[in-house]
Amino acid sequence: MAKLTIDDLKKIKEKVHNEMSLRDGDRRVKITVHMGTCGIASGAKEVMDTLLAEIDEAKVHDVVVTTSGCMGLCSREPLVTVEIINEPPIKYEYVNPNKIRQIFKRHVLAGEIQTPFVLAKGSEITK
Amino acid sequence: MLTLSDHILDITENSIRAGAKLIEISVDEDSENNLLTIEIKDDGHGMDQNTVQKVLDPFYTTKTVRRIGLGLPLLKDAAERSGGTFQINSQENQGTTVKATFGLRHLDRQPLGAIINIMVILIISNSDIDFFYKHRHNDRRFEMDTREIRKEIEDVPINHPQIIKYIRGTMEEGLREIEPEA
Repeated sequence: MAKLTIDDLKKIKEKVHNEMSLRDGDRRVKITVHMGTCGIASGAKEVMDTLLAEIDEAKVHDVVVTTSGCMGLCSREPLVTVEIINEPPIKYEYVNPNKIRQIFKRHVLAGEIQTPFVLAKGSEITK
Repeated sequence: MLTLSDHILDITENSIRAGAKLIEISVDEDSENNLLTIEIKDDGHGMDQNTVQKVLDPFYTTKTVRRIGLGLPLLKDAAERSGGTFQINSQENQGTTVKATFGLRHLDRQPLGAIINIMVILIISNSDIDFFYKHRHNDRRFEMDTREIRKEIEDVPINHPQIIKYIRGTMEEGLREIEPEA
């Protein structure tokens, strides 16, 4: 494989520019993977890797992924929050690569909340 | 925490919470001296000296949602388990530097792990923060600086899938060339 250079980056930029003008950059969903010490130690990184691969495979552009720290429910980690615009956030508990695949395909893409994995609905209150 | 990359991700999350805009992560492998050094440096809001004294206490945390804070104590333990050392320096309003050394070939040193995945996770989830990754293996070096990438891509977001693919690609190539021992 040829070595990647700054020129490749420029080509990518041009390509992305062309594509961007054809598409609205709307953000429909925000997915937060909780990445505190507890989350990382219980497998949040694998969950995140799987999620990124799923998003890449599905070629969706309206899903934003972010991380957050621990919210005090360490025993239920890995935790993932799915926020679809105009809907209350859903927190999933004990997430693993298989569960995140199901959550992404069924909830994020098809809109069906995966009740068996849900910890809570709504935002947490942190003091 | 099974790999050193997990620790790096964890400590970097502290920097992000401290409002850092630039986070430098350096991995330094010195085979001759059997030494592996990992340093995470941020320009966040830092800590006063009183707080720095307390961060290695597992029962100290600045969070109110739980009463324990294990990130730094776990890294210190991982370093000392492999005959290494641990240092933290912090200046209020200037930033914090965490430095851990490990016995490179020590039996109890955790493997470095999937560092590329960690960098990708950090960049995707914190597109407003710059990351500078430096990796040295004896006389071979690799660097990845999101500030340089940002200069080239102008208004394209750094967490765009194509840019991430590029970052992953350059890191894979770069690390393959320096053949990390860790």
